[in-house]
Amino acid sequence: MNDPILEMRGVSKTFFGIKALRAVDLTVYPGEIHALMGENGAGKSTLMKILSGAYRPDPGGEIRIEGRTVRIEGPLGGRAAGISIIYQELSLAPNLSVAENIYLGREISRSGLLARGAMREGVGPILKRLGADFLPSTLVAHLSMGQRQLVEIARALHVRSKILIMDEPTTSLSAAESERLFALIRQLRAEGLAIIYISHRMDEVYALGDRVTVLRDGRLVGSLDKPEIRADTIVRLMVGRDVSSFYKKDHDPEAGRGHPVLAAIDMADGGRVKGCSLIVHAGEVVGLAGLIGAGRTELAHLIIGASPKTSGRLELEGRPVEIRTPGEALEAGIAYLTEDRKALGLFLDMSCLDNINLAVLGRDAKLGWFLDRDKARERADRAFAGLSIRAANAGVSAGGLSGGNQQKVLLSRLLAIAPKVLILDEPTRGVDVGAKSEIYSIIDNLAKAGTAILVISSDLPEIIGICDRVVVMRSGHIAGEVRRGPHSPLAQEDIMGLATGMEHLDA
Amino acid sequence: MPDNGAVEAKPASTTTNGAAAETRRQRMRMLISALGMLPVLLILCIGFNVLSEGRFFTGQNLGIVLQQAAVNTVLAAGMTFVILTGGIDLSVGSILAASAMAGLTLSKVPELGMLWLPAALLTGLVFGIVNGALIALLRLPPFIVTLGSLTAVRGLARLLGADTTVFNPSIPYAFIGNGSLTLIPGVASIPWLSVIALLVILVSWLVLRRTVLGVHIYAVGGNESAARLAGIKVWAVLIFVYGISGLFAGLGGAMQAARLYAANGLQLGQSYELDAITAVILGGTSFVGGIGSIWGTLVGALIIAVLSNGLILIGVSDIWQYVIKGLVIIGAVALDRYRLQGSART
Repeated sequence: MNDPILEMRGVSKTFFGIKALRAVDLTVYPGEIHALMGENGAGKSTLMKILSGAYRPDPGGEIRIEGRTVRIEGPLGGRAAGISIIYQELSLAPNLSVAENIYLGREISRSGLLARGAMREGVGPILKRLGADFLPSTLVAHLSMGQRQLVEIARALHVRSKILIMDEPTTSLSAAESERLFALIRQLRAEGLAIIYISHRMDEVYALGDRVTVLRDGRLVGSLDKPEIRADTIVRLMVGRDVSSFYKKDHDPEAGRGHPVLAAIDMADGGRVKGCSLIVHAGEVVGLAGLIGAGRTELAHLIIGASPKTSGRLELEGRPVEIRTPGEALEAGIAYLTEDRKALGLFLDMSCLDNINLAVLGRDAKLGWFLDRDKARERADRAFAGLSIRAANAGVSAGGLSGGNQQKVLLSRLLAIAPKVLILDEPTRGVDVGAKSEIYSIIDNLAKAGTAILVISSDLPEIIGICDRVVVMRSGHIAGEVRRGPHSPLAQEDIMGLATGMEHLDA
Repeated sequence: MPDNGAVEAKPASTTTNGAAAETRRQRMRMLISALGMLPVLLILCIGFNVLSEGRFFTGQNLGIVLQQAAVNTVLAAGMTFVILTGGIDLSVGSILAASAMAGLTLSKVPELGMLWLPAALLTGLVFGIVNGALIALLRLPPFIVTLGSLTAVRGLARLLGADTTVFNPSIPYAFIGNGSLTLIPGVASIPWLSVIALLVILVSWLVLRRTVLGVHIYAVGGNESAARLAGIKVWAVLIFVYGISGLFAGLGGAMQAARLYAANGLQLGQSYELDAITAVILGGTSFVGGIGSIWGTLVGALIIAVLSNGLILIGVSDIWQYVIKGLVIIGAVALDRYRLQGSART
């Protein structure tokens, strides 16, 4: 093998006496896709920020690039050392053109005037090499998420980076866009770039990774070469224990034959949802699968009255209900867990206690107005114990918690109303493996207790693992339903077939 | 800052220590933001006392400071509600003037004179609710709506007195403007204006911290979309906060009318909104909403009153008072920025 491009030896980072990274040794070779995995808080972002120059490592460690010891300092330090990072939240200016974004901070000027033409020409070859289907003069605001990612990559190539770090690059991409991105990443590998690929998703790591390094609690707990990359091995390294029963499903899958709790009939919003009907029975976990943009979240928003419907009606336990606002949905016993907990779910500056109690404050209030603080505290303590939320106490603000714990706080708020119907939109997005398995077990227990549950998820193994049957949406319509056979589990191929519209091809 | 995972990552024996340290840090941060500008207020008081050779800390002068702070405290209390939801109310000065004019005009009507006080409050409330309705139901930006009513209501205030000063030397309830509540006969008394201001602060605290509505106000300011999805009637919360701000402006108008026995639609309450906003921001309430306390607002209002009083006491010219107060506003916003950096918003 050739010489390593990046060597980190004994790199540590301490924040206020807390070790976020402990003597990490990482070696990356050119022409390799190096997957970096670990639970949230395992130290991946800290490691990345050290390489970008945002954090300065503790003294004692060493970072070598192409054999030379370097000190990466300041926000431009990483770029100067040949390292580019593409963050989850892309750092492009949507009001500028592709060329201007690529040249951001290094604009070409002629006698003080911006040379737009030269900049457009300058980025042409790179865009062509990446197979871009847009022009250098296109405004970034007009690009899809996948195309924006391409601009980020182009920027990295334009400054001649030798190491490209990508942090969960597929989070906001559709399946097709992800595939294109993978092809591009492989092309860059062939061109000799070293790519550090951070991801939670096992299938991506399988598809791309030449090597996998797993971090846990700030330590590097293992590096696996291609032949050794197996899901159970990686998960065991990540959580430090065996997770044989990762997906938990103990509730009776035949309960679905019981009484229907939620029936949505012919729901439409005049745009993304075009006449969808579905039924969820008591004690049943129904998956709602589909590609990104199929209209799943929009359908959920219609059901809970978060957006106005142009047609359709709802029945709850056999009786028609009219729901115009999310507040009415909650009163009727329909709770919805949003897919975007930071923007649409949590109040990050408010305490966990307030976040948990928010939906039942009015019900608990004394004299209709005054907060019942004892009840609120009891409820929060119960939620902390019942869902094993890990925070110093219920008084800390929700924004300080990890993704998994934030999700559990939000879930507690919904559970406080003892919902008849629980709609979970991407319940484990951005949640670490440990919390994931806990959330699955919460879902399972709710189903056992008779709650009707609808799970929207883009994670197929998750849907197959926890659902009794799966309704699949495709471009605004219900494309079909996948049930398990008497002895066979839900088939991933059937779901993908319905989602992509290829179900007839293999029939 | 390390994320939570890093804290959890510690071995079991030190996890509790880490959590305790984190709690302590959070408490400390809360204490600092709760205390906020209180140390600044105390330093200003002591400083002015030294510079004025002991003339600041006299019973008479402190009474004047409290009286001068009263109307602004009431306006700033209403403004706190509004800014907590992430909004702004620029119209309070004009509403104050219109309410005072309405009150004074009614007070001269025989038989109905006693009703001038509720009339002033009602006038303020109605203008506030109109502001709130425009913002909540038509989804117009608060800055624009209240900038419009700043001008329009000012015009109405002038219209009410036919653009003259309305006098009523025998206005009922005049004691609230000039009388004092005797605490210990002959020793200690407190101006009624200040009593009212304190009551307003207490009621505001009760609503913000002890009622469901209070939590909803913080929730709307913290994350409006999430509040809507959580079933909170955002429109009702918005109408309430602008209504309260209008009501308190009406109360401020009544306080001014009782104090002066007169009101002028053109001059009364000019640029009072700026002092109210300054008090709220000095008090640590975040301009983007969701963070802040009514006690901070009280401290902020007192700082402004102490600054005005103290600068006069040590003989700083009127012109320099403007400069200094302006710099205080900018310093306050700089503090706001600094404070936000330490918050949980990520």
